[in-house]
Amino acid sequence: MSNAPVDTGRRRFLTAATAVVGGAGAVAVAVPFIKSWNPSAKAKAAGAPVEVNISKVEPGQLIRVEWRGKPVWVVRRTEAVLNGLASLDGQLRDPASEEMQQPEYAQNAARSIKPEFFIAVGICTHLGCSPTYLPDSFGEQVEGVPSGFFCPCHGSKFDMAGRVFQGVPAPLNLVVPPHQYVDDNTVLIGVDTGAV
Amino acid sequence: MVKNIIDWIDARIPMTATYNRHVGQYPTPKNFNFWYFFGSLALLVLVNQLLTGIWLTMNYVPTAEGAFASVEYIMRDVEYGWLLRYMHSTGASAFFVVIYLHMFRGLLYGSYQKPRELLWLFGMLIFLVLMAEAFMGYLLPWGQMSYWGAQVIISLFGAIPVIGDDLTLWIRGDYVISGATLNRFFALHVIALPLVLVVLVFLHLIALHEVGSNNPDGVEIKKNKDENGWPVDAIPFHPYYTVKDIMGVAGFLIVFCYVLFFMPEGGGYFLEKPNFEAANPMKTPEHIAPVWYFTPFYAILRAIPDKLLGVVGMGLSIAVLFILPWLDRCKVKSIRYRSVIHKINIAQFSVSFIVLGYLGVVPATPELTIVARIFTLTYFGFFVALWVYSKNEKTKPEPTRVTH
Repeated sequence: MSNAPVDTGRRRFLTAATAVVGGAGAVAVAVPFIKSWNPSAKAKAAGAPVEVNISKVEPGQLIRVEWRGKPVWVVRRTEAVLNGLASLDGQLRDPASEEMQQPEYAQNAARSIKPEFFIAVGICTHLGCSPTYLPDSFGEQVEGVPSGFFCPCHGSKFDMAGRVFQGVPAPLNLVVPPHQYVDDNTVLIGVDTGAV
Repeated sequence: MVKNIIDWIDARIPMTATYNRHVGQYPTPKNFNFWYFFGSLALLVLVNQLLTGIWLTMNYVPTAEGAFASVEYIMRDVEYGWLLRYMHSTGASAFFVVIYLHMFRGLLYGSYQKPRELLWLFGMLIFLVLMAEAFMGYLLPWGQMSYWGAQVIISLFGAIPVIGDDLTLWIRGDYVISGATLNRFFALHVIALPLVLVVLVFLHLIALHEVGSNNPDGVEIKKNKDENGWPVDAIPFHPYYTVKDIMGVAGFLIVFCYVLFFMPEGGGYFLEKPNFEAANPMKTPEHIAPVWYFTPFYAILRAIPDKLLGVVGMGLSIAVLFILPWLDRCKVKSIRYRSVIHKINIAQFSVSFIVLGYLGVVPATPELTIVARIFTLTYFGFFVALWVYSKNEKTKPEPTRVTH
């Protein structure tokens, strides 16, 4: 037992230093536990792009493909539908697609690369339900609009460019996934090389 | 012989002392009524959930491919599997019935007030963990409502600005709810959360026995002790309240077993109908409703026409309960001696809670959304009004001793 006087400043420094090093260790140990919750390599591989043949899609028809486990819609819009889009602007939350719910090349009036084909993730931006495509009976939801998408969960409504109507729970337009045309009849969903 | 063994143990661990402190000599107010059944019943249901849960894991397969089929396997092929499964699923609903009544008791008799604030906070944490436990457990059967209900709830986190999308990806462990999500929910449901729950229940009981039980009169029995230091208005927990609680257990089991054997699906409220169809990520059910015990909060979420604010509103509706001990500034605890305005306020709060619960079950229409907004206001109005009037509340004189 030494009778040397206690250097409290030194003792406090050592205590603090030990606590900091120990704390850093605890944080470092937390990393693998937190990171292990991220999508695994297998899940990421399963999220690879999907190729879709669109040559057999009839005007007005919607086909569903699965990409990353989500339903992706490919809708072939008629001339009449495309012409009607602009008239809805006043009833929409984000008519000009200012929110980045689409890649830059789809930030246009039709929210698509080719106006005829509308490609979107078929998941409501409210709480993740899949809206129903109403090609003829959408007028019951929004008067005077013949076709659109209606979410049965909480009543959100989207027009034929996936733009959300005002006064519904969904805050944003439907997501347009990254995609590119490989040739006239084939579209690759889930990837874009920047060039369209 | 027996005494020798007990003495031997007591010299090494405080067995008899602990028993006396918490059961044999625990001074319990002698005026407990019907509302005091639900604490012990909650403990009973917890044991039921732990026991049946452990047995269910013996046959359940926590994978996206095997989960739905393994639940059907338990229901059809495992001996008494149907009973264990229904005990667990009915037990989940029973847990919330019991807990809501237990919380309502606290509200009636001011059991959250000083010095029982920490007791109330532990209770609220139990409620929170219980909700997480129930939510994760509901994904495990991997039915349509399991899947889409989880989809909706996990998407709530997506409303958080900036980190929302990454957070939901991290919770799911995949771009959609998948086997990865199922597996981690299984781990949390059967190991992590039950451990937390048991620790919290332990703390809840220790906190209760430290400050002593409140009673329907809301007067502190510790203020009036006899020469031995025993509160004159107290009786030992055992045998008096063990016997009373057994009577409560009998009554509870009559109702519980009726549901268990004659309506285990609870009319589609305990086990929702779409859940008898396997999860299908490509097809959303017509109407997604959470299980009944979440619907009051869900109705608040839906009532607010903004995604982020809706989530905040729902979070607040639960968070505000945590600060109840500090919102109520009245010194009188029991509703028996409080003002008429307080009685009306509690009544309107109960009505709001039940109406919101109903609205959360049915599909939203524009008219019902307005109704939900009104009752969302009255739900929060309870807390605001309580804070305002409780400062200078006109109360009746409290008795010095408990009445019965």
